[in-house]
Amino acid sequence: MACCTSSDLAAPEPGLASISADDIRADSRSLGNGVSQITLSAPAIHCGACIGTIESALGSLHQVARARVNLTERRVLIEWRETATDAELAGIIATLARTGYAVHTETGEPETDPEFSRLLRALGVAGFSAMNIMLLSVSVWSGAEGATRDMFHWISACIAGPTILYSGRVFYQSAWSALRNRRLNMDVPIALAITLAFIMSLYQVINSAEHAWFDAPVSLLFFLLAGRTADHMMRARARSRVSGLGRLMAKGAVVLQDDGQRRYLPIEAVKPGMTLLVAAGERVPVDGVVIDGRSDVDRSLVTGESAVEVATPGRALEAGVLNLTGPVNLRATSDAKTSFLSSMEAMMTEASAAHGTYRRIADRAAQLYSPVVHLTALISLIGWKLAGADWDFALQVTVATLIITCPCALGLAVPMVHAVAAGRLSRSGILLKDGAALERLAKIDSVVFDKTGTLTTGIPALAGYTGEAATLPFAVALARVSNHPYARGIAAGLADIPAATLADIGEVPGSGVEARSSDGALWRFGSPRWAANDLARTEAAVVLTRNGALLATFRFQENLRRGAFDAVAAVKSLGLATRIASGDAEDRVAKMAARLETDSHAGGLKPSEKIALIQREKSAGRSVLMVGDGINDAPALAAADVSMAPAAASEIGRSACGLIFLNPDLHAVPDAIMIARKAHRLVVENFVLAIAYNIVAVPLAVLGYATPLLAAIAMSTSSIIVVANALRLASYAPRRRDGGSPAAIVIGKGVPA
Amino acid sequence: MNGLMILIPIALFLGFVGLAAFLWSMKNGQFEDLDGAAWRALDDD
Repeated sequence: MACCTSSDLAAPEPGLASISADDIRADSRSLGNGVSQITLSAPAIHCGACIGTIESALGSLHQVARARVNLTERRVLIEWRETATDAELAGIIATLARTGYAVHTETGEPETDPEFSRLLRALGVAGFSAMNIMLLSVSVWSGAEGATRDMFHWISACIAGPTILYSGRVFYQSAWSALRNRRLNMDVPIALAITLAFIMSLYQVINSAEHAWFDAPVSLLFFLLAGRTADHMMRARARSRVSGLGRLMAKGAVVLQDDGQRRYLPIEAVKPGMTLLVAAGERVPVDGVVIDGRSDVDRSLVTGESAVEVATPGRALEAGVLNLTGPVNLRATSDAKTSFLSSMEAMMTEASAAHGTYRRIADRAAQLYSPVVHLTALISLIGWKLAGADWDFALQVTVATLIITCPCALGLAVPMVHAVAAGRLSRSGILLKDGAALERLAKIDSVVFDKTGTLTTGIPALAGYTGEAATLPFAVALARVSNHPYARGIAAGLADIPAATLADIGEVPGSGVEARSSDGALWRFGSPRWAANDLARTEAAVVLTRNGALLATFRFQENLRRGAFDAVAAVKSLGLATRIASGDAEDRVAKMAARLETDSHAGGLKPSEKIALIQREKSAGRSVLMVGDGINDAPALAAADVSMAPAAASEIGRSACGLIFLNPDLHAVPDAIMIARKAHRLVVENFVLAIAYNIVAVPLAVLGYATPLLAAIAMSTSSIIVVANALRLASYAPRRRDGGSPAAIVIGKGVPA
Repeated sequence: MNGLMILIPIALFLGFVGLAAFLWSMKNGQFEDLDGAAWRALDDD
């Protein structure tokens, strides 16, 4: 199917933790009768063809008893036979990789969502009751009288009572917990109106009066639950997709025991002093010191430094550092609880505690709305009594007022907009984890970007080279075997040059790659000091040599994330200040800031200094959006008013963010801001509509003209108008600036210097 | 009036059947993968 070639998905990012047979065993749950079950997430699943491809590929493996794809959650459930060997288990992952789906184990606990099924059940019950009561009410309105009318009312009461107790729980519990904390939220007037409407109707029926309002509270419940369920569903889906993004951090470590045996231990069981084996391509599981081996390490996710460093014995490495080229042995200096990662977590907790609680728009509206409504109802009761009406009529008017002003539209105004906005964001590849983040995103004054991994990708771009074109095929052949960022940069930059044939290709960790051509010459590709005989001649990062003679040199620049240039310009055109806050060296940050024309920049920042920078902004009265990905950004992400991270961010960074963007394109940032602003406008419009409705309906109710029929029509209409207004957001297209980004040119072709 | 005595229980019973069917299908995971179910309908086997 053509859609499977879509390139708009999150590209597989380098440095994800790979899954071993041990990981599968650790994460599986035994179902008895010799079968175990594991759920793996595969973010690349996106259409029906994917279901068929994966299920038939896995179904043909004899170690797999059953495989089932869940397209909504982008997960694969695999039941495997416990007789399977390690190789067969690894074969499952390899099969998936061959079909083009990278899979990950879950980041958090696989969560069931009891809240969602509770909402859905409550919605089902409310829907059933609303329909039946409405049919009975229609019969009453069309002229049922006397005993028939009373019977219809009693049946309605019998249906409405249990429904309000069962489906209304959602609102009663929320209202009660708000009241206990001496606050008012939107659920307080809702709970009050439902209860009063039911009790008054019951009183009317007992006195076999003409009017009863059983349909009002029940259909109100149905509408509100529909909005709330949609809102919850959107957020649950976003959360589940976030937890399905690949994990970067190791779940366990291979420990070298005293007797020379290797054993896989879960990360919690790793103690200081243990010897750990870290293979090329894996991340360091806990802080440690290199005791044996030599390799290149990438610390960009940990500290934000973009330069690759060489790790030799004696070098300390933090948890999360990516080991690129050769295996190393580490002596653990911390366990999982005291590592660098956990100190960042402590800072995050502190930073978000200093945040203060944010009051949602709906709750602020309720604060104003509830007293006004309840006073109006009270005044109309007293007013009619003073005007000489009997208690029955005065009470009837009061209840009619309460029902007709019941914040049906108000209760829908926010959740509906948020649900639609979350759907709209998700179509742009942005996941919204909670609605408060959307409200705050609409209010920001400045955007702080991290540099490494956020404005740039991990792979350096080839900026230029010297040397003859005839030598390039050799460079390409050597570059393709290595995982080193420079090698990957060259392989990507010279992708359309065919590789030369070389034999005995081998990587020398910390130095480069070497090989022999058919004429016996030794080709080396890597750091000048190692590859070239006379290193005085070049300042380039990478050189190509033949028998020690320099043939070509390569220069690099940081590769901008796709759309970075446009995104920063778009953010500025929205009237926001842009800043770069990076842990990388000051001169690199300054260069990047000049290239992107940001308003200000700061380099060489420690995590605590990033927090300080954000807090300075906030104390100047500005509201800050932080965009970052690294472990070192996590505390700053937690400190900012709202934060965004790319899908390839560290788990800890993702967990601190309200929004995650899956596309590699940084234009997600201005898109999200524009959608948030539009959503905010719609929320305000919805409030205005709801209040306008009240201005018309309340006088009618207070003056005693509101019959149950009128109340039912007015309430439903206002709800539908609010929902229809929210749906306008679904087709909203944030305006884009067109124009070539310089980054795109650099990725495409190597530019001869 | 006699007609109502028969019709109303029937109407309520049918409503209950619908509600029970909804709750049953929820419990059985019918709503767990709505997007996937839409595609599976197009599968040949």
